[in-house]
Amino acid sequence: MKNIYLLPALLFTLLLLGSCSSDDDTPELVNEDELITTLTVTLVPEGGGTSITLTTQDLDGDGPNEPIISVSSNLSAGVTYNGSISLLNETESPAENITEEVEEEADEHQFFYTIGSGLAITATATNFDSDGNALGTEFSLVAVDTSTGLLTFTLRHEPNKPADNLATAGGETDIEATFIVTVE
Amino acid sequence: MRIYFLTILLLSSFLLFSQSCDYTLTGTLTDFHNGSVLTGATIIVAGSERSFVTDFDGKFIIPDLCNEIYSIQVSHPYCLTKGFRVTVSGNTVETFKLEHHLDELNEITINGKILGNQSKTLQENIINKDELERYSSGSLGDALTGLSGVSSLNTGNSVVKPMINGLHSSRVVIINNGVRMEDQEWGAEHAPNVDINAINRLSLIKGAGALQYSGDAIGGVIIAEAAKAPFKDSLFGKTQLGVASNGRGMFFNSELTKSYDTGWHTTLQSSMKQFGDFETADYKLSNTGVYERNALLKFGLNTFDYGFEVLYSFFKNEIGILKASHLGSAQDLFRAIESESPLVVNEFSYGIDAPKQDITHHLARIKAHKRLGDFGKLKFQYDYQKNKRLEFDIRRGSDRGKASLDLELDTHTLMLDLDAKASDQSNFKVGFMGSHQKNFAKNTGVRRLIPDYDKYDFGAYVIGDYLADERWLFEVGARFDYTTMNVFKFYRTSFWESRNYNQQFSELVVEDFGTQILTNPKLDFNNSSGTIGIVNSFDEKHKMYFNYSLTSRIPNPSELFSEGLHHSASRIELGDLSFDSEIGHKLSFTLERKDDKFSYSINPFINNISNFIVIEPVSTTNTIRGTFQVWEYRQTNAQLLGVDFNASYIINKLVQFNHQLSIVKGQDKTQDEALINMPPVNTTNEIVYYNNKYRNLRLSLQSEYVFRQNEFPATNFEVYIPNTETFEMVEVSSPPPAYHLLDFNSTIDFDFSERSTLTVGFQVTNLLNVSFRNYLNRLRLFADDLGRNVLLNIKLKY
Repeated sequence: MKNIYLLPALLFTLLLLGSCSSDDDTPELVNEDELITTLTVTLVPEGGGTSITLTTQDLDGDGPNEPIISVSSNLSAGVTYNGSISLLNETESPAENITEEVEEEADEHQFFYTIGSGLAITATATNFDSDGNALGTEFSLVAVDTSTGLLTFTLRHEPNKPADNLATAGGETDIEATFIVTVE
Repeated sequence: MRIYFLTILLLSSFLLFSQSCDYTLTGTLTDFHNGSVLTGATIIVAGSERSFVTDFDGKFIIPDLCNEIYSIQVSHPYCLTKGFRVTVSGNTVETFKLEHHLDELNEITINGKILGNQSKTLQENIINKDELERYSSGSLGDALTGLSGVSSLNTGNSVVKPMINGLHSSRVVIINNGVRMEDQEWGAEHAPNVDINAINRLSLIKGAGALQYSGDAIGGVIIAEAAKAPFKDSLFGKTQLGVASNGRGMFFNSELTKSYDTGWHTTLQSSMKQFGDFETADYKLSNTGVYERNALLKFGLNTFDYGFEVLYSFFKNEIGILKASHLGSAQDLFRAIESESPLVVNEFSYGIDAPKQDITHHLARIKAHKRLGDFGKLKFQYDYQKNKRLEFDIRRGSDRGKASLDLELDTHTLMLDLDAKASDQSNFKVGFMGSHQKNFAKNTGVRRLIPDYDKYDFGAYVIGDYLADERWLFEVGARFDYTTMNVFKFYRTSFWESRNYNQQFSELVVEDFGTQILTNPKLDFNNSSGTIGIVNSFDEKHKMYFNYSLTSRIPNPSELFSEGLHHSASRIELGDLSFDSEIGHKLSFTLERKDDKFSYSINPFINNISNFIVIEPVSTTNTIRGTFQVWEYRQTNAQLLGVDFNASYIINKLVQFNHQLSIVKGQDKTQDEALINMPPVNTTNEIVYYNNKYRNLRLSLQSEYVFRQNEFPATNFEVYIPNTETFEMVEVSSPPPAYHLLDFNSTIDFDFSERSTLTVGFQVTNLLNVSFRNYLNRLRLFADDLGRNVLLNIKLKY
């Protein structure tokens, strides 16, 4: 019968002892593996000339800071550009290249180009997944005429492929970057 | 031996026949434990054929006795039969005491006799075993919504979180087999980790009715109890098997109990449930399967003087979350809301893919009691809970298939209680509690939603009641809790600075990692809670309950530390490190009538909560992923006002009509606007046919009407859609229209063998296959609720 009284005493002691042991551990820092902080679009004019870069960088991810957007220069009318998109996670050092991951899982990703009204350009994907459906990390852009407008790059994860339209593509948006572009 | 003894008695009575034999033995029969009178007990005077029955006050009169030693046998349906030897000398008065065993073993069942685990001055709503069995294929939350004033906050149809009078999550305390559940109950999409098939009795108290366990039940307390073993030699159990059309599911449950009259008992129970993709009236809900496995083992010794019990239960549940609800930005949210049907609808499958939840809950408990003579009972309990929660999102690259959230919550609790009897009319109960909780968040490659912490809680309480006379019962209780938390939290530097925490809490910084800062907040809370109540049984049929309760709840980890994107809600959630405890003042009044023909209860209440923590949308923010709505927790003064009404009318011996109506209005007093996620007005009407002469046939038809919620904070917002170059309204707050559902339920018993009964149940929910959306379902933005479901289940009781 005495055991009944001993038991609580024993367990109280264990509780106190057990709880003192592991307080010093500080948790390890988590760097988000899949975070995309930076999208860079490089437009190389066919036949040579200065490349144009469009960049959006959001180093705090879904934190309060807004992304920083920059466009290096205006496009030239009548020029065809070879475009490529690079995705980086710059919270890691060295920065992690996410484009490689996206290209490895080409069948589950697709870039869409949304050209705002008034902007006289066309854009077409030039790289494809194993099923022959567009992936779009590489594309061809034709600056048709002088104009100004919005150009949006959208990366969808697990869209309904093949899809040519954002509205019906479904999936989850990984990136949505809008730039003000001028063709002169 | 007995015959010999009886013969002697018999002979002696003959021998002494010449004596004067007109004496009377009068007395009272009482319960050994609490002195309450035992009515309807049979008293037999050995050696004669004379038997007597104790009256309503437990009194008996045995006339025509001689001055002699008599052997008297006393039996009562709830007690072990006992013999007494009485020396009659003239007119004698004697009090007999019986061990009121069944009462003791089911002390919670017989409320008011022994101080139970819950308040006596709050009306208790009970769901018994038969009703629970109708929900065998569902969840705890499903069963509870059958009670007035209870609704549920759902995420799809498998994550069902009980909501009491408009309050949920950390404000609702669940006591499972005497253990307060610590299962990350703070999250709105975290369902209680309790196996409905392991529960024998489920009760609900809409208020702080269990000070023994907690003082923070601002919403209410749910008490789930496994069956208690009887005090006799027996072996019994049951097996249930069921199938359901919606989700093409099946469930299985089996339990076996062995008990001995020495008080030893052991029970083994296990259940399993599997469902594939559910469907609405019009389409499949892809990736909504469920796979649940549970087991329970219990053994112990229960005697009058002392006892102990060891219990271990295991709960594992894998729940698929609707694929179409996994979204990126607010632009995705807009598309999903605008779409008539979910954006992802696949072929039927039992497979559970990301997004999903995988939860394991272990609960181990040792309890012991020792009776201290007439004074009372000393009780001790130690319990350990381990809750492991994995949440999977759709991920990319090497992280594919890896959980995004991996939390382990370990809780140890010790309780020491003394139940004592101060006098015939009053009881008191006093106790201490100590607990330690540790949360560990594993590095999953996604920033921690809930940080690592250690939490200690020390509590003490005292509750007393006083039965003034047959009519009036008074109850008063108080509890004090001290809680201390030691937290290690990484803040994003940009958030830390934007909140001005770098000025306010600079001393908390442990290390600066550039983009992130490690901090070590140490939080202390001193919380008081209490309750005071009166019950007046003003006539045989009517009872009035009046109760005031004060509750204090410390902010939970998600309210304090949230800071980032909540994937399943596609929104950014921000907590606040400087929150204080929430204080609730609830006044509740109940008028109850119990009668053979017409019964009702009406329960108006008012709950004023200061420092009430709400999460509401405040703005939108642009990220590289698109636009997101920002939801911030804030503290305000809230008032919940409502009434629950129940009535039943017995039309004839076979047919009964039941009615329920619940209304609750929640108001943010500071901002003068409605509170978010308040249950809409709903009413249930049911007609039941029950024939106990014909195979216990029971047929019921239930109608549930849920009104549209017209009071809600308008938080729709506009977002730019590049595709159409327009700004569009994202309708996140608009409530769905009213709906009406019909359910049919039937059971019938068959004698399977001499000692076993087979019960067959046939059930149809959403009989008319109505398309509807429920305001309190978080996935209502993306898909309809469940369509028709036909269930068949067989139960064999042996």
